[in-house]
Amino acid sequence: MKETLEALETVDKYTELFYGNREQIGQDDPAFLNELREEAIRSFQETGFPLKKQEDYRYTHLEPVFDSDLSVHFRPRDISFDEGELFRCDVPMLDSRVLTVLNGFFYNPEGESLYEQENGILFGSLREAARRYPDLVARYLGKNASLKQEPFVSLNTAFSQDGVFLYVPKNQHLERPIQIIHLLLSDRNQMVHHRNLFVLEENASAQVIICDHTLCPNMFLTNSVTEILIGENADLNVLRLQNEHNNSCQVTNTWISQERSSRCFHTTITLHGGMVRNNLHVRLEGEGADTHAMGLFLLDKSQHVDSFTLIEHTSPHCTSNQLYKGVLDDTSTGAFNGKIHVYPDAQKTRAYQSNNNILLTDTATMNSKPQLEIYADDVKCSHGATVGQLDEDAMFYLQSRGIPRDETRLMLMNAFAGEVISTIRHPALQERITDLVSKRLRGELSRCNNCAMHCHE
Amino acid sequence: MLQIKGLRVSIEDKEILKGINLEVNKGEVHAIMGPNGSGKSTLAAALAGRDYFDITHGRMIYQGRDLEEMEPEERALEGIFLGFQYPVEIPGVSMVNFLRTAINEQRKFRGLDPLPAGDFLKLMREKKEIVEIDSDLTNRSVNEGFSGGEKKKNEIFQMALLEPRLAILDETDSGLDIDALRIVAKGVNKLRSPDNAIVIITHYQRLLEFIIPDFVHVLYKGRIVKSGDQQLAKDLEAHGYDWIRQEVDMET
Repeated sequence: MKETLEALETVDKYTELFYGNREQIGQDDPAFLNELREEAIRSFQETGFPLKKQEDYRYTHLEPVFDSDLSVHFRPRDISFDEGELFRCDVPMLDSRVLTVLNGFFYNPEGESLYEQENGILFGSLREAARRYPDLVARYLGKNASLKQEPFVSLNTAFSQDGVFLYVPKNQHLERPIQIIHLLLSDRNQMVHHRNLFVLEENASAQVIICDHTLCPNMFLTNSVTEILIGENADLNVLRLQNEHNNSCQVTNTWISQERSSRCFHTTITLHGGMVRNNLHVRLEGEGADTHAMGLFLLDKSQHVDSFTLIEHTSPHCTSNQLYKGVLDDTSTGAFNGKIHVYPDAQKTRAYQSNNNILLTDTATMNSKPQLEIYADDVKCSHGATVGQLDEDAMFYLQSRGIPRDETRLMLMNAFAGEVISTIRHPALQERITDLVSKRLRGELSRCNNCAMHCHE
Repeated sequence: MLQIKGLRVSIEDKEILKGINLEVNKGEVHAIMGPNGSGKSTLAAALAGRDYFDITHGRMIYQGRDLEEMEPEERALEGIFLGFQYPVEIPGVSMVNFLRTAINEQRKFRGLDPLPAGDFLKLMREKKEIVEIDSDLTNRSVNEGFSGGEKKKNEIFQMALLEPRLAILDETDSGLDIDALRIVAKGVNKLRSPDNAIVIITHYQRLLEFIIPDFVHVLYKGRIVKSGDQQLAKDLEAHGYDWIRQEVDMET
């Protein structure tokens, strides 16, 4: 009984917060956005907040975090902040276009809020895009019905005011990758929402890198949604690098919808973060679509990372491949719940899933749960999960050649992580990530490496 | 160079080596032969520093130092090399990365700077020729997908690179066809020098046709029961191990 009451409290708290600030949220926004918001808050009230006892959230207790005292801001705060001086992203890409989102708001005071290329490609602030091109954004935003059943997505739809919009029209190719840097910077504990929308029309292609960073030791709670629509024969690569400090909580909800013959590679690499819950939902709508979902999480201390994936095969001849790997040290905990749902008409489906984990201590814990629901009869599906330690024989072999034991452990951990990194379809980026992962495993990469700011309380 | 005195080794309360005495000097090649289960691999493992057994008695002295006090990597850096009977596969660790790390650890130990990439590749090419190992094998992960013969050649290739003072080759000939055997033997012979020593652990005599040993010892039920020269190996080839078993069992 007490749990139910608590959950009601959380729902009430956010409902009140919404209506109490209704004017500020969505001021100057087009009507369709505000309609979406109203629908979303009602949906949130109906679905409630996921409780500890609910199967899908049994390993990750988010309620206490959402219930804690957090500031929420409905206007970008006036923080003067010199990107060049304060922050250097770990993944500097020579040829990428960097877009900064600061505390949930697109940040580019010196330049454009929405870039419009001659070939019709748009990228920049979602809020600005909704104002300049309401019909275009309305066509794609929040269209997926299943989105509406998800409490975190509903909460985000109600509260989110900005994020990144990427639109690649038919037959166009985004030449330079877009690098979205989500920054959290505040003098108090804060909750942040942001919403990204990526739309690739027929035959389009793009590469997106997303980096999540905290710049101050305050506690942050981010509830983000990224909606991705990939048209027929279009091609998208997404790499998400999570590097927030261990006092932060991050809930990411990524919803991908793919049309026929499209391809998507989505990789999530979690280097740091106190509590991270990554929800990934891919719906293969058209025949012959191909999707790859990869995850790599490197945990120590008392980090917790929960990867939840659902791949829906609704059409025949689609392929999906999931590879999630984790290295867990100290008292860190992790969870992987991978669902594959093959609909009755989805004949000739090929769906593969693999979750491999290495525990470096007796006190680290990993829970792995594959779920397959197959309703078609001519399919090839497989799943595998392993939880183990580093190979002693392999370490001895390396030691017997003069390599110190600690080094042999690192070599094996890097080899383990390498399988996921090798799926990144961009050689320079792959190299950079290999380097970052190697540093992380050595304990050389702390979140404060990038922050030159002196934080004040 | 190496003195083993009264070495007794047990695995989970079962005594495998029951008092081994062996002396190996610079420039010598020793062969240790014996039927299956005699303790040959346990002896190799004890010398290399594996830790799944207990040394209950005796000592192994290498260049004046007690081996038991040295970690496996230390033993390697001091010049001991173990050619494994079943070299393990290590997916994801490239041969080049592995060998370069090993060479550079060795150089660090000797107070030298790490070898630049170009020089290292040149060194690899030189040594590859000694063992006639395929170029593409070195582009792969350590031992991954290698055939039995390729794995053994890879062991000798590593021996060529690391230039050990004491090489212990554990059943290097097992699983090799006659051609591979010849190539491996040729490689080992090229590496023989007055400054190093080699201990060949083998079940069969045929490798010893190509690598002529100075001393041959027979290991039976955890003890060295007979020592001789190459002729002893030939006798074993001709008559098998039974006559040894009979001799020993009669005495006890």
